[in-house]
Amino acid sequence: MLKTFPKGGVHPPENKLTPDKKIEILSLPKQVTIPIAQHIGAPAKIIVSKKDKVKVGQVIAESSGFVSANIHSSVSGTVFKIDNIADASGYKKSAVIINVEEDEWDENINRDTGLIKDFSFDKNEILKKIQDAGIVGLGGATFPTHVKLIPPKGMKAEVLIVNGVECEPYLTADHRLMLEKGEEILVGTKILMKALEVNKAVIGIENNKPDVISYMNKLSEEYEGISVTALKVQYPQGGEKQLIKAVTRREVPSGGLPIAVGAVVHNVGTVFAVYEAVQKNKPLFERVVTITGKSVSEPKNLLVRTGTPIRMLIEAAGGLPEDTGKIISGGPMMGKALNSTEVTVTKGTSGILILPKEESKRREIKPCIRCAKCVGVCPMGLEPFLLMTLAEKALIERSEKEDVLDCIECGSCSYTCPSDRPLLDYIRLGKSAVGAMRRARSVK
Amino acid sequence: MSKLIVSLSPHQLGTNSVKKLMYGVLIALLPTLFVSVWYFGLGAIIVIITSVLSCLLFEYLLTKFVLKKPSTITDGSAALTGLLLAFNLPSNLPIWLVIIGAFVAIGIAKISFGGLGNNLFNPALAGRVFLLISWPVQMTSWPKPSAISDHLLGYTDVTTGATPLGVLAEGVRNGEAVTKLTSQMPDFVQMLLGNTGGSLGEVGAVAILIGLVYLLMKKIISWHIPVSIIGTVAVFTGILWFVNPEKFADPIFHLLSGGLLLGAVFMATDYVTSPMSKRGMILYGVFIGLLTIIIRVWGAFPEGVSFAILIMNAFVPLINMYMKPKRFGEKIKK
Repeated sequence: MLKTFPKGGVHPPENKLTPDKKIEILSLPKQVTIPIAQHIGAPAKIIVSKKDKVKVGQVIAESSGFVSANIHSSVSGTVFKIDNIADASGYKKSAVIINVEEDEWDENINRDTGLIKDFSFDKNEILKKIQDAGIVGLGGATFPTHVKLIPPKGMKAEVLIVNGVECEPYLTADHRLMLEKGEEILVGTKILMKALEVNKAVIGIENNKPDVISYMNKLSEEYEGISVTALKVQYPQGGEKQLIKAVTRREVPSGGLPIAVGAVVHNVGTVFAVYEAVQKNKPLFERVVTITGKSVSEPKNLLVRTGTPIRMLIEAAGGLPEDTGKIISGGPMMGKALNSTEVTVTKGTSGILILPKEESKRREIKPCIRCAKCVGVCPMGLEPFLLMTLAEKALIERSEKEDVLDCIECGSCSYTCPSDRPLLDYIRLGKSAVGAMRRARSVK
Repeated sequence: MSKLIVSLSPHQLGTNSVKKLMYGVLIALLPTLFVSVWYFGLGAIIVIITSVLSCLLFEYLLTKFVLKKPSTITDGSAALTGLLLAFNLPSNLPIWLVIIGAFVAIGIAKISFGGLGNNLFNPALAGRVFLLISWPVQMTSWPKPSAISDHLLGYTDVTTGATPLGVLAEGVRNGEAVTKLTSQMPDFVQMLLGNTGGSLGEVGAVAILIGLVYLLMKKIISWHIPVSIIGTVAVFTGILWFVNPEKFADPIFHLLSGGLLLGAVFMATDYVTSPMSKRGMILYGVFIGLLTIIIRVWGAFPEGVSFAILIMNAFVPLINMYMKPKRFGEKIKK
């Protein structure tokens, strides 16, 4: 029996179109737009000004707090301007726009692609390198990585879980990365184990990637303490709390951090970035992005510099299809719909998915028939039908009592609802109302 | 380039729909439909067609003129109510009574609460129970089942007899031993096939169980409600029978007689009127099982499934309030 989380979940069509497409390097754009808020936490503070010359890997905005991250230039050239530009959220946010000239890298970066297995850095040196490199969670949540490596007082990590699940349909960036940079990911895992002072790491991979599972299994034999676990294909297997439950059988408490049950989870992309930062002094300024969709003529996996407009990725995949209805940053279950092809790739961009018109429209909302399917699929044991009603009626305190804040926004409820009710939309509304109420309460 | 559509995730939706679920239940009822027509002939056909058509008509008229909402007759829920109501009626029931039953089911039990999704009580059962207490004679005159050729054209003029549960209740009242009574009844094979007196859809145990397997395979319902009802009835009647087999009938008789299987599989599992959490479903099922047997053994009516389900329907809001699904997350010790 494959391991999985025990409660809820759905199985959307996997639609992985690109697992066999090797990662290609996307050509450099003429201009990049690098937002300074690419992570959860405080936006970075810009330290360059107009007309400054920058190199690839040079810091252009500094981390402005503990929960924040450095932003590096992904190109060499001249700062064209600093402006407010709409990002994937649709809101205008501060960004550095750089005109690209040549491809001159910072001298400290080791550009040799050979594997470096050994390292002798201690815990603090590793943490500093990770923090300097501006690494954030590349699975999509973009939480600054160093924060997760420093457990709160009185807590101790017991196991590192490397998230190679990639449970979102369509996306294959992590799949390809594990196949092409498997050894680097294992070294990165070793580095993180040292930083966390744990001697056990588990790489969780969904069972729809048998090639990756056998490859990583074979490679991991040479790395003490690292094992590979195949997981049942069930969405949201890659959700942090679900993955921890599947691997360790322990449940992260409501409102608590994974470290409360001794677990720390990092995405494989993040682990690879850690390898590059520690072993090659390379900051995080490029990542693998899957450009995909059923009408896309050449779906593929691309290595892209941050700040590249997604228009260039779409062109590299054969252009925007005629019947395009929606462009999504991320996967179909949790991604964000974009309103323009000028939005740029950031640290959290795992894929660009293009959906045809007929798949882009919401269906007509019908009355709730109380079939309880939303309750059955909720991986957090919540009652989505009830949370939706409470949000509609603005019963905020009752929403809090019904644990609305536990919702991980996986969308399984909306996905499964036979009446096509927008459950998650309303639950988000309820969550933000409860959040506002709590903030108001703490002020008093 | 035309404008891009922007909306919140999830961007991909599943293939469930109300229509698909309702028609799925209708498909699961096909074996039962076949059995009812096989044993009750023309009468069954008349009752079923009258019931389904009048439910659709009432749904259409009342949604349009009373609720003033778009028509919902194509979603299959009114047709399903009609078919289930027919399955809870004897095959020789006059047409006008079937129409009254359909009106109570759709008009009073469903539309007056606000239509699909809002009703507290199972519409088909509300219709049946209204008829049962208003016209008890017509509602308890059961045509004798026979192979289709014998009564192809019979309707209200067919010969009638009592149901096994009716015989049992009458006999027990007269002080006869249960073992003697059950020995005069159709054997279990006949009851499994449906060759016994009763409402249209409740007689064929095998047909109902085939429907149950289909519902579970298609994930239209979960096992919790039917299994907890059937299990409770089996255990409860098993204990009674073990204590005094002269006074109480055996569990297999109870499971195969009356509307127990039809109720457990198709009536108690009605989405709108059953609990939302798995734990709630089990509690609801256990109480339906207990109440059914209490009514059958100690009540004035020989059969109690309909009453048991309707009584528990009334408790569903309370069950939903207190029987929550288990939330994810270990409790932190403070």
